[in-house]
Formats: sequence, C-alpha cells, structure tokens
Amino acid sequence: VSGLSGPAALALSGGFAAICGPEQVRPAGEADSVAGVHPGLVVAPGTIHQAADVLRLAAEHDLAAVARGAGTKLDWGAAPSRVDVLVDTRRLAGVHYHAPGDLVATVGAGTPLGTVQQEVARSGQRVALDGATPDATVGGVLATNEAGPLRLTYGLPRDLLIGVQFVRADGVVAHSGGRVVKNVAGYDLGKLLCGSYGVLGLITTATFRLHPLPAGRVWVTRAVGSPLEVHELTAALLASPLAPTAVEVDLPADPAAPSPRQRGESAGAARGALSVLLEGSQAGVAARAQAVVKLLGGDADADGDPPQWWGRYPFGRGDLALKLAAPVADLHAAVYALRDSAGAAAPVRGSAAAGVVYSALPGSMPAPKLALVLDAVRTTLLGRGGFCTVLYAPELLRESVDLWGAVPGLPLMRRIKEQFDPRRSLAPGRLAGGG
Amino acid sequence: MPVALAPLADRLRHALGDDAVVTDEAARRTYECDGLTAYRSVPGLVVLPQTAEQVQTVVRECARAGVPFVARGAGTGLSGGALPVAAGVLVVTARMRKIIEIDLPNQRAIVEPGVANLAVTQAVARHQHYYAPDPSSQSVCTIGGNVAENSGGAHCLKYGFTVHHVTGLQICTPDGELTWIGGGKAAEAPGLDLVGAFIGTEGTLGIATKVVLRLLRTPEAVATVLAGFRTAEEAGAAVSAIIAAGLTPAAAEIMDTLAIEAAEQAVGCGYPAGAGAVLIVECDGPAAEVAAQVADVETLCHAAGAFALRRADDPNDRAEIWKGRKSAFAAVGRISPDYIVQDGVIPRTALAEVLHEIGALAEGAGIRVANVFHAGDGNLHPLVLYDAREPGAADAAAEVSGAILDLCVSHGGSITGEHGVGVDKATKLPKMFGPDDLDTMQLVRCAFDPSGLANPGKLFPTPRLCGEPPRPRSAADPLGGSSNLEAW
Repeated sequence: VSGLSGPAALALSGGFAAICGPEQVRPAGEADSVAGVHPGLVVAPGTIHQAADVLRLAAEHDLAAVARGAGTKLDWGAAPSRVDVLVDTRRLAGVHYHAPGDLVATVGAGTPLGTVQQEVARSGQRVALDGATPDATVGGVLATNEAGPLRLTYGLPRDLLIGVQFVRADGVVAHSGGRVVKNVAGYDLGKLLCGSYGVLGLITTATFRLHPLPAGRVWVTRAVGSPLEVHELTAALLASPLAPTAVEVDLPADPAAPSPRQRGESAGAARGALSVLLEGSQAGVAARAQAVVKLLGGDADADGDPPQWWGRYPFGRGDLALKLAAPVADLHAAVYALRDSAGAAAPVRGSAAAGVVYSALPGSMPAPKLALVLDAVRTTLLGRGGFCTVLYAPELLRESVDLWGAVPGLPLMRRIKEQFDPRRSLAPGRLAGGG
Repeated sequence: MPVALAPLADRLRHALGDDAVVTDEAARRTYECDGLTAYRSVPGLVVLPQTAEQVQTVVRECARAGVPFVARGAGTGLSGGALPVAAGVLVVTARMRKIIEIDLPNQRAIVEPGVANLAVTQAVARHQHYYAPDPSSQSVCTIGGNVAENSGGAHCLKYGFTVHHVTGLQICTPDGELTWIGGGKAAEAPGLDLVGAFIGTEGTLGIATKVVLRLLRTPEAVATVLAGFRTAEEAGAAVSAIIAAGLTPAAAEIMDTLAIEAAEQAVGCGYPAGAGAVLIVECDGPAAEVAAQVADVETLCHAAGAFALRRADDPNDRAEIWKGRKSAFAAVGRISPDYIVQDGVIPRTALAEVLHEIGALAEGAGIRVANVFHAGDGNLHPLVLYDAREPGAADAAAEVSGAILDLCVSHGGSITGEHGVGVDKATKLPKMFGPDDLDTMQLVRCAFDPSGLANPGKLFPTPRLCGEPPRPRSAADPLGGSSNLEAW
C-alpha cells in the first residue's frame, strides 16, 4: 500500500508546499503510519483555508487523506485502505473565543484538550470531558467520541459540542450549530462528526458548552470482588437520590483468581474497587459522601483525591483494547462472558453506572480465539442489547476479526459516507462496520 | 381528496382498514395546521397507523407512488413543522400511544411515538423516576414530535434537550425500511451517531416509530424562588450573577411587565405587585445541595435589586409560582386579540442589551411586545401583540417579529431555540448558514431521503437535488459562499 501512495503524494509535494509553506510539508516517516498504513506526505495546514485547499488538492488528484491530531488514538478502529496525505491538524490550534458569562468556548480542533481546560479553568470553568488521553487534541476527542468518568452526568463529546466547522472531502468548508447552547436551527452535523473516525470531514473548529468547576469534590471508594458485586452497588447508587457525578469501577487482572469464575471467585478475593465521585458545594458533598459511605458499606471511605486508576484505560501498549457498552443492569453479564471466555483474568475498568467499560486482552491472542471471545460476549449481549467493540488490535488481529459486531443502521451510515465523500478520499475504510 | 391519491387511499384502506384512512374533506380539514395557525393546508389524505409496521406500509406505498408524506403527533408545534401537503399524506401517530416497556433497572422506557411526553413521567413517577425534557405543551405533545423537533422545556438549562435523553430509535426511512439506530438501552453504539443526526431534523429524514428514552432518578429536593424586580434588565443581571457564581439551576425564567399583566388577568398568579419583571429560579438535586443553592440564589437576587422574594419547597407552592409562567402564552390572549410567539436565542450576557433593543423596536413600530424567556440559556419568547382587524397590523407585527430574529442573529444567537425552523423560518435559515453549510446539511437529507418525500418544504429554504455531483470549485475562491467562515 505504502509503495503506491508514496510517489503519487510526493509528486504533489510542491502543490501542498504552495498552500501551506514548504516547511509544513515533509515526506512521511515510520512514525507517521496510520494503523500500519504508511502515508506519502505529512502536511500541516495553519489555517482553515489552507486545510480546505489541502483536501481539495488531494481530492483532485485522487489522493486519500487522513487527519491526525496528537496521534493518541490514530491506530484505533479499522486501518484505512490507503493514506497518501496525513493532515497534521496541530497548527489549527488556539482558544479563539471564550465567553465566561455565556459558558461557551470556541477552539481550534488541533488544540490539546488539556490546553483548553487550563484556559477555561482560569474562569472557574471546564469542558466536562475527562477522557483518558489528556494530550489528545479536541479534533481527536471528537472524532473518537472519547469520554471519561464525567460521562455519567455530562454525556459524550457530542453532548457538549454546540457548534462545529469542518472541511469536507472535496475541500468545501461547512459549519453547523453556533455559539449558543440552545439552538435547533438546521441539521446538527456535529453529532455525525463525533465518533466518525474522520470519515466525513476534517474538523477545524469546535464550540463547546462549558460547565462551572464544582466548589467541592469527594471520591468515595470501596473494595469490590466481583462483577456481580459491582452490579448490585451500582444499582443501589442509581436508585438513590445522591446524584453521583461519576461511578467508576476497576477490576484488575488477577492471576491468582483464575477464570472461569466457577473455579474460584469469592468475595474474600476483593482486589477491585468501585469509586463514586460527588460534586457540588463543599458542605453538600461532605454530607452526600457520608450517605454514600453508608450506602456502599464494606470498607467504603471518602477521599479528596481520586484513586490512581481513575479515568485511565486498563489497556497498555500492545494490548488488545476492548470497549463494552451495555444496558447498565446487564453490564456484569457481558463482563462475566468476557472473563469466562477469555480464560484469562481480563482487567475491566470504566463507567459502571453508564454501562460502559473498557478491557484488555493480550495482543498476542490468536485470531481464532479472539473471534470466539468476541462472539461469546456479543452473544451474551444479543438479547439484552449492547456492544463489544475492539478499539485497538495489533495489525494481524485487526485484519482477521470483526471489530464492531452488528452496527445498527450501518446501511444508512454507508449512504451518508457516500454522500459526503463519493470518491472515498477521506479516511477510506475507517467507517465502523467497514466502508 | 385529490383524484391522484385515490388509488393510494384504496391500497392503504386495504392494508390498514377503513377506519385508519380519512378521505372526507371536513375530517381532513381538522388537520390543516399545527400550533402555528398562520399556515394552513388541507392534507390530501390522512392515515392513522397503529403500529410501526403500518407506518412502514404507508411510507412504502408513498414511496412507490412518489407521494410526499408528513408526520404529525399532537400538532402542538409552533413552526408549521407538521403543516400538511395538499397533494400528500398526513401520517398521524395518535393511535400509537403504547408505552411498550418500562425498564427501571436500566433506567429506560421504550415508547411509541404518539405517547404524550407527560405520560412517560406519570408512568414512572411512583418509582421515583421521570423523563426530563418538559416542553410547556408536555401534557399533550408527543414523544415523536419531541424527537422531530429536539424539544426542550424550562428545565433543559440543566438537563438538556430530547437529543440528550434518547438512546435508541426505531425509524421508518423515507424508502420504507424499518431500522433500529443507536444504542437501544445501551448508552452508545459503534459507528456514526445516527440518533443524534435524526433528532431535530423535523421529520425530513423519516418517522420515528419506537423511541428508547432515558429515565432519571427524581431529585430528592426541589425548591423554587420567585423574585420581583423593577426591570427585566435587573432580572437578567441576577441570572448572570447566578451563572457566574457557578450555580446550575434546573430552570431560570423571566417574565416582563406585560407578560405578568396577562398572566395575572388569566390565572391570578399573585406575582409581586409593581414588578417590572419576575424571575423564577428552580434548583433541584440532593437536599444537601439544594438548600445551599437556594440560599445563594436569594442572596444574588437581592444583590441584583430584587424587592420581593418568595421561596417554595413543596409541590403545591411551587405549582403556584409556576402557574403564571406556564399560562403566559395563552394568557396574552387576554390582553391582545392576536399575537405572534417568537422563539430566538441570544448569548445570555447580551440579555439586557437585546431587551433594550426589542423595547426600542416595539416602541418605534408602536407595537406592544411581551417578553417571556428561558433566561438561563438566553432563549427569548417575545410575544408580539396586534389586532388582526386593524388594517396592516398583522404585517407590522410580523415585521417586528422578524426584526427581533435579526437582533438575535446579530448578537451571535439563533433564529430558533426550541420551536424549530419548520415552514415558518425556512427562509430565515440563510441568516445563520451559508450555501455551503446548507448544502452540506442536505447531504444527510440525500442519504436518507433522495426523493425528497419526507416532510418536503420544511427546514431548508431550497431543496438540494440529490445525486448532483459536488459543485466544482475554483482554487481562487475555495470557500465559495460560506459567508459565516470569518465569524467563526
């Protein structure tokens, strides 16, 4: 693949240099590969106009383009079928507009989310997104719809994005939404771009709804031993009026507690933890924390700091990364299916009360076995609803298993892709479900 | 009934039964408009399906015959979104009123589109749950209509809109396919966010046939504060102070002096005498938080100039405070024979300035404007009063109403916060979006409805021909007509 795309792109490097300046165009190196596919060129537009010109030039010459921010999740999902031009968005950066009184900020898509947080925090505000890759750019967070513990209360990036500007595959710049939170004028294209993995457009600018930073924050953490215990505690929390901002679980891989569970899981072997974040006024959270301690029982204790695993993925480099999203009361069934079928104690971590957790499997797992594990989890979820998605898999595994399972509405997604990018020049092959 | 629709009527009678197909003209005429009565069109045919499969049959037959269709719930919409097509079919969801499932452990309900918004909360209230979006028509408006319009309500300041409370949909696409989109009872699904893309498209992408709703735990405590101010500007400043203090009330509503006058006449709500504006702030959540929040709200209102404060903690007292606000639109009928309900949005911080400008506009035109607004999120509902019997009065009112929207846009706001674009504001959409923006939105339309049969003539000022190749661009003018680029 790389052998074909390289020369075609390189031949046009003069054209891209004319748009962005010669110092912003370079041949791609080993580190620029996208899920194993090597681009020919890396181009870094510095303005929206330049980004538009870059995509148009690429489209005119039938070159495939992929956008890259900080590259923290670039190898997630399917590999692109081809990449000629890697568009580095990091120069499309900056907090362009922040109206503290309106709780709104407009930022360049290449801005690291952490930078945005620092800027708005000076006014006592935040973008209520706390995904596990703080170095990620805003564009990358949106394209992968990445969210952390706060999702229980504030939802996904799509729920906080109130306006978006992007470049279409053909180089046309479009926007939807605006700078006011309440707005139903026109179609909300931001919803489609969130979680699109870059297949519909290159996001250049995002406007977020902000929230005030809470005066008080307390974490109440308790040891847990099994998915069932997590299930019961989560149900009790959801039925209570204590309004936790986040409820996270951590069930580490435990070689001493072998799977399948029939062989030995007991409450005594509690190595996991459930942690509840309460936010509000100083006095309010203190009172609520006491109530949560009581509700959770066991060794539950309140702390002003999160547990060290809070808001981090359970997978590391080289691991196969999984995401489970299930109806909240059925989440434990999916976790049991995963642990039983994998035969290894897969670590599980994530938003228990939102029904979304992450897991890791050895990257060296043979493809046929992985396929069976995915099958087992998906079969368990078949009648309950829910999804088991492979976020990242090493190259060989990626090609040989179904990364998504059934994707509801896939034919409609393909039709949208076809409308937005009929020549398939933008991140071709990366649409979830294939296409 | 238009003769051309006779064969379609026959087929639908055969498939759905005689009583599901309305051809009688007088009966059809009862559907000629929605809540925006200025636009009227008698539907060619009215069909009342009972199931998703029957909706599919209707849509398939329409697709086969090339006949446009419009979906209608309770017809409470205020933008003409459910205005029928004379040569088309009106699909009325009034018989699809089943709450299919209530799943409390998963905090979800699955309902048919004709279920009334309030019926969902009523069904789960005794289990300490509720459905958050609460448009003021919630006792009659339907979930299907809420999905089409992305309806909000007074409490969306804290809880968001319909799009934040729907996790899955079964839709009938304009080519007659029934398909599930979204996560169902799960919080999310892989792939493009079709649910997010569908909600708020005003029926132009198809008809929602089943809706999976998120249910929330009823808050432990709710407290409502009523504050009387000398001027609306003062009340607006109080809201800004509340937001700046980091408080997120569930609702923050302002009524100005004319709106108060109307409400007093209609329901005798007993708001503070002599108030130029009242502010209603509601806080909800854990009792330990609400008490502190309400105290802060009262302090801030006082500092902003409130001369009267009233607090309500129990449901009856709260209802008493809300009575005036909830009756406001209808109450204006007491002080004016005719009025236009406008719906625009401004950045909250521009509130005082925009109110002043609206006042100047009204005075200049010699027209009274009553203001009721969701102050927390800058959503204005100016009520432009007129008497249709006076020659030229309706036009003058329409002009003022339109000028108010221009004000909203010039302050960086929106032409609609919750009523939708519909037929009423389709020509206003270009005030916010350039040709490229609208063209891009219509790519989604083309993916769902290439024949343009689903609610034609709504939302977009001009339809895009689907299948049109992307327009060629010259490199010298890369951005074409994207007029709003610099504004970003």
